[in-house]
Amino acid sequence: MNNLRLRLSQNLGLWLGVLLFAILYTLYSTLHPKGWTVDVFVQNSNESFALIMVSMAQTVPVITGGIDLSVGPMMTLVNCLASVLVSGSPGAIVLGIVACLAAGALAGFVNGCIVVFGRIQPIIVTLATGAIYIGLSLFLRPSPGGKVDDNLSWVTTNALAEMDNTYHWFPNGAPAWFSTTIGKLPMPIILIVLIVLLVWLPFRNTVTGRGCYAIGSAEGAAYMSGLQIWRSKLAAYTVGGLFAAFGGLYLALQTGSGNADIPQAGAYTLNSIAAVVVGGTSLFGGTGGAVGSIFGALVLRAISFCFRVFDSNGPLGFLANPLLQPIFEGVILLLAVSLGAARVFRIKNRLTLFS
Amino acid sequence: MNLRNSIDRPTLIASSFIVVILLAGTLYTIVTQGTATFIEPTYLLQQIKIAAFLGIVAAGMMMVILLGHIDLSVPWTIAATAMLATAVGGAWAVPVGLAVGLAVGLANGLGVAFLRVPAMIFTLGVNAVLRGLMVMLTGGFAPQSNATPLMVWLATGHPLGIANSVIVWVLISAALVFMLTRTPLGRYIYATGNREAATYLSGINTRLVLIGGFVICSLSASLSGLLIAGYTSKAFQAMGDAYLLPAIAAVVVGGTNILGGQGRYTGTVVGTILIVLLQSVLSVAQMPEAGRQVIYGLVIIVMLLVYGRSSTLRG
Repeated sequence: MNNLRLRLSQNLGLWLGVLLFAILYTLYSTLHPKGWTVDVFVQNSNESFALIMVSMAQTVPVITGGIDLSVGPMMTLVNCLASVLVSGSPGAIVLGIVACLAAGALAGFVNGCIVVFGRIQPIIVTLATGAIYIGLSLFLRPSPGGKVDDNLSWVTTNALAEMDNTYHWFPNGAPAWFSTTIGKLPMPIILIVLIVLLVWLPFRNTVTGRGCYAIGSAEGAAYMSGLQIWRSKLAAYTVGGLFAAFGGLYLALQTGSGNADIPQAGAYTLNSIAAVVVGGTSLFGGTGGAVGSIFGALVLRAISFCFRVFDSNGPLGFLANPLLQPIFEGVILLLAVSLGAARVFRIKNRLTLFS
Repeated sequence: MNLRNSIDRPTLIASSFIVVILLAGTLYTIVTQGTATFIEPTYLLQQIKIAAFLGIVAAGMMMVILLGHIDLSVPWTIAATAMLATAVGGAWAVPVGLAVGLAVGLANGLGVAFLRVPAMIFTLGVNAVLRGLMVMLTGGFAPQSNATPLMVWLATGHPLGIANSVIVWVLISAALVFMLTRTPLGRYIYATGNREAATYLSGINTRLVLIGGFVICSLSASLSGLLIAGYTSKAFQAMGDAYLLPAIAAVVVGGTNILGGQGRYTGTVVGTILIVLLQSVLSVAQMPEAGRQVIYGLVIIVMLLVYGRSSTLRG
């Protein structure tokens, strides 16, 4: 019981994010005429995937007490690269995907190298490398376009059952146990679960990954405890780049093209910071995790989903006005990030505020 | 004060780099067009005039960075000021515009100083709210109103031989240098940026210092918004977006520590001129947008590798 309470209090931010998302999404699905159906889940998870990945990418450097303003540009770079590489024969597609993920990880690695060995503050490093990555994206795609494999595009943006319809997994047609149960799961959700299980959790449980939390809590203490600070930091930025690459790759599959859109890259970066905070990770570092950021990103997305379904004649009709949507989104964002201010009223010693 | 004290290393290196940019640009134009455009006084004066808009934003941003915080609400402070000022029009345009800056600065300052929300995320939220407000007020379309004659005069008039925007920049710079080096508020800003707890224990109300810093930053952004609207003779939605990152870059390239507490105003001015000249020379040299972005990023990293490195961690 005590253990449970401890775990609950340690992850309070995460649970707040989950709760907020549950409330918002229940509201949305109830108001939506086709709510609680597979089609709506698939569509919503498609629209959320890239932001979720970019938010996870942002989380890892934030845990070390840094920040990565280049997550949007890294996503854009991989998006443009995918529109060049991910098409053709099956072998070429697989190689293209590997190259895209490697490119994202390399971009993150470069960020990490400059932060660790150049000893420049992360916010400035990633501001500058962000410009470089956008420049490289523009070299690859001066104007929107390119091609991504259609079949792959189709299966990754639909329910799992389409995987069988496209690639014919089962020679005799899909059995009932498949098409009525797991066949209905949207692919993006499966991919997110796989990425969490195969990338995030293993990383977090290594000494290097735990080191990221230690650095974020107290870098000096982590150093004196003999942790390899440089290794953890390098790994944090590299893993961040890898997550951003997943987002960029998916964006290419979703839109079927590459687009070096500078405002879009900026919007993703800024939203990722908001998602990280809503998901319970402190910008001062040392707490939180990528799973929280998934729900943080979902909260942000659910807010904009909700505005689509308000009946303009109903009691909440004034919310349906599209011109009011940006201000409500802004106010909700501001309120959500101000939730953390509650600690100001609980502290016993004012000096703890100034850390 | 002798020369060695008044010019620090970052300023010196950044200044030399400006000369390098100009020489390289001149070499390029001599080879390709047979003219030395970049060292002609008319060209340089034109660049200084353009640099004034960024310079004023960067001046305000520097105060917030000196405090160890950052203001990401600058883009829509600029746009909101310009849009409201042009919408109100007449004699009230400029006061209304500056009132917008004051309000935004107070909101940011209260959020950071009293609620203790990290500045990066709070100002981001304020930016989103401002954007929402403007979409609500203008209906999502570009506002129709034009800049008032006073705003146009402030931005483009030149009764004294140099453009008024440059004179505004010089006046603001003089005021800020005086504030930073000769008034208690300046000392408090550096002290708070270095260690807020120590400053608080010395009996200084650091909350007011923080609010003051954010108000100065937003007021500068507003003033710049009025000038930009006067220069382009109208206000438009995304007019502030191009000023946020270059302003931060100008402050940092000028040698101000992004963690706060360290930096000289001269550096910010030199940093601003460097960024503006770099952009101008690259576009005159017909470098595509892609190459411009890459070089821009590389220059910031290289400059900071030379003089912006933090000390190694030793326990």
